[in-house]
Amino acid sequence: MSTRSVQRKISTHESLGVTLLLIGVALSYLLLFLGLPLATVFVEAFKKGWELYLSALMEPDAWAAIKLTLIAAGIAVPANLVFGVAAAWAIAKFEFKGKSLLITLIDLPFAVSPVVSGLVYVLLFGAQGWFGHWLQAHDIRLIFAVPGIVLATIFVTFPFIARELIPLMQSQGKEEEEAAVSLGASGWQTFWRVTLPNIKWGLLYGVILCNARAMGEFGAVSVVSGHIRGLTNTMPLHVEILYNEYNFVAAFAVASLLALLALLTLVIKSLVEWQAKRSGEPLH
Amino acid sequence: MSITIENLNKQFGSYKALDNINLEVNSGELLALLGPSGCGKTSLLRIIGGLELADSGKLLFHGEDVEQRDARERNVGFVFQHYALFRHMSVFENVAFGLRVKPKKERHNEAEIKRRVHELLNLVQLDWLHDRYPAQLSGGQRQRIALARALAVEPKILLLDEPFGALDAQVRKELRRWLRRLHDELHITSIFVTHDQEEALEVADRVVVMNKGKIEQIGTPDEVYAAPATPFVYQFIGNVNLFHSRDHAPWTQQHGDAVAYVRPHDIEISQLAQDNTSLPVEVKLVRAIGSIVRVEVAVDGSSEFIEIELSRERFDTAPLTNGDKAFIRPRQFRVFETGVQNELSAA
Amino acid sequence: MSRFRAHSVLPSFNLALGFTLLYLSLIVLIPLSALFFKTATLGWGGFWDVITGDRVVASLRVTFLTSFIAALINAFFGLIVAWVLVRYTFPGKRIVDALVDLPFALPTAVAGITLAALYAPNGWMGQYFAAHDIKVAYTPTGIVVALTFIGLPFVVRTVQPVLADVEAEVEEAAASLGAGRWAVFSRVIFPAIYPALLTGFALAFARAIGEYGSVIFIAGNMPYISEIAPLLIVAKLEQYDYAGATAIAVVMLLLSFALLLALNALQWWTSRRGAR
Repeated sequence: MSTRSVQRKISTHESLGVTLLLIGVALSYLLLFLGLPLATVFVEAFKKGWELYLSALMEPDAWAAIKLTLIAAGIAVPANLVFGVAAAWAIAKFEFKGKSLLITLIDLPFAVSPVVSGLVYVLLFGAQGWFGHWLQAHDIRLIFAVPGIVLATIFVTFPFIARELIPLMQSQGKEEEEAAVSLGASGWQTFWRVTLPNIKWGLLYGVILCNARAMGEFGAVSVVSGHIRGLTNTMPLHVEILYNEYNFVAAFAVASLLALLALLTLVIKSLVEWQAKRSGEPLH
Repeated sequence: MSITIENLNKQFGSYKALDNINLEVNSGELLALLGPSGCGKTSLLRIIGGLELADSGKLLFHGEDVEQRDARERNVGFVFQHYALFRHMSVFENVAFGLRVKPKKERHNEAEIKRRVHELLNLVQLDWLHDRYPAQLSGGQRQRIALARALAVEPKILLLDEPFGALDAQVRKELRRWLRRLHDELHITSIFVTHDQEEALEVADRVVVMNKGKIEQIGTPDEVYAAPATPFVYQFIGNVNLFHSRDHAPWTQQHGDAVAYVRPHDIEISQLAQDNTSLPVEVKLVRAIGSIVRVEVAVDGSSEFIEIELSRERFDTAPLTNGDKAFIRPRQFRVFETGVQNELSAA
Repeated sequence: MSRFRAHSVLPSFNLALGFTLLYLSLIVLIPLSALFFKTATLGWGGFWDVITGDRVVASLRVTFLTSFIAALINAFFGLIVAWVLVRYTFPGKRIVDALVDLPFALPTAVAGITLAALYAPNGWMGQYFAAHDIKVAYTPTGIVVALTFIGLPFVVRTVQPVLADVEAEVEEAAASLGAGRWAVFSRVIFPAIYPALLTGFALAFARAIGEYGSVIFIAGNMPYISEIAPLLIVAKLEQYDYAGATAIAVVMLLLSFALLLALNALQWWTSRRGAR
């Protein structure tokens, strides 16, 4: 193992023994809390062989769960993308009163327990909720139905993209946009040709993290879903049901798909970080 | 305390930072390591301070080998270009740091620490800032605090790495004089690294000119300016005009492929040729700068400019204007054969 | 234009800010305000009765205690991980570095069932503990394990950049003044990174308090012993006790806000003192 301090003794470095000890402790800790769980997902999923694994995934309820997960993320991510860009544009490129309050409010969903995130929509749209009677009268179901799941997903992933873009666009200032406008560019032209190319890596970074959370959210979605098999179960909820039925192989099979998604997210995230560094667009 | 360096080498990968360095630093002197960036001067300073290790060679303090002693045991004060003050400590605590980390049995009591820190802060004339934090100080003040901090442990040797490099011109000039006075007061063997020739010549007792990991010349400021040992020193310290033997054979005479080095103020210019070595030129630009007048001339048929400096009185006795024809002749020069560092002649 | 905003030549401010405020209100502010209106229907006395109920108090205690312990574990080991990732090079470092973010990317339910399987008495890890008569899964210890997993990246990711920013010169200065390696760490490096360490700790703590998915599978969920507050909210909800669920949610929210506020105050204080 080559380390910086395996030269001769300089007092600005630790001794070799301390270095190795620290590396050992760090790696053991990560192995215990990250490596082992990750391995467990796949070991449990393949415990009874390929066939059971595949059949667990081919089941119609599993398919329905995958489809619903894709729908929820497919709506939540673009919605929060549009919001993130609009919020970052207003906050980073203009000076106005109450800006720091606005930034704090955007961060709010991060401070709220996922369960509470689901709860607030039940309070609004549930049978006893503010709009409960009106919705029932018009025969519209939001809670224990797909719209509720989408809303809860939007809520928990709300800050991801805005949070990534605001500091990035603030650090870039507005000189380039002002130059574009002074050269006769319209608002859209300025945004598409000047702003967007400057923030593309940060944007992608936010989208990836937002998507991972959207597809993996459990607590908030669990509260509004009603757990109706084949109808209002997302993949994480499906995992829960299978697990509670002691159908471990099937539960871990679906879980392994989510774990693969997580790994893919990490790979893309590292690539984006690397690209951003190369192109000199600092992520935070 | 004297420092002896023998056959010191240091390599970073394939890059030779120090190539067989030999140097004797006398006790109590103020020595400048002067050279362009990347010449190895900082590496040499860091090796003396124990912040880096040499690949081979000897390093002696007062005749004693210190190679195996690490930085904290060398009793060396180190002042960094960017001050390296501890951001989370007040000025007082910064200066007291070295006293507080001493082993228990050598440590002074709180009252004594307090007394000594204030004494040092008074020495650098900043005692009134003792409860400020580094972020609240100007660059010049920070560097003086850094110096006080280094002096707190009563080092036998003081090492300063580009101590004024990050300061603006006015402050730099002030601090330079101040460092010289301080050294005259304390007489600690001091070495400072700089790439600024003016700084080295003004402050140091002796100057070591370095280039590409080698020492080019060691001498007093006067010696390195008036009698440069190599073409590099000639060009690095002060301005110089180069005359190649191909074009200006009369000066370089019989020496084949050689170059004559002439300082701008060592060239005489007149309307008449004084002898057959005089070179006909055309005056291209005349500019008075304070007490001197700088005249740029070009040899007929050449696009290269030659710089000449005259005192204002001398210029006024025979004023020149652009386009005038004139003759120049070196008063004093040195010839180096191309590729060989060999002094051949001086008029 | 009024004094509300400074003049700018850039377009679409009204559109962008208007949309931002509308979306923020619809998705976040109005739903969250429902929480407080619903709680208000309980009245002060009713609210007090709910949140001082034995089971609620026990669940809050379990939640905050396990979260605190997990955040402490992460503060200690996270600091070591950050140190190792910044200061040393070893084979596979980049992969290890990327993997630190796994808890951010892995769905909590997956983490939950995995940790439960791992630490169950017949699991890979659980069997060693069982051999010494220690139960991890289905006890508060299991909750700590899950919350440690969830909070792992926070300390590492907040400390890493700050540690990388500590100038080598500063350490060298301390060494040349006679400080040993431990003195350099404790007197020079640690003071520089401890605000970040505290921030990471608070973030991990706050995240753990609200955590639900990864905990419920491994906790055992025994009332008074291993039942966390978010689970109690769900339980009340399933009994259609909306007001009771909301009251617990409000208490959790207020406690989290207090934490966040303290965090911001801390950051403000340290940035004022330690500014370059």
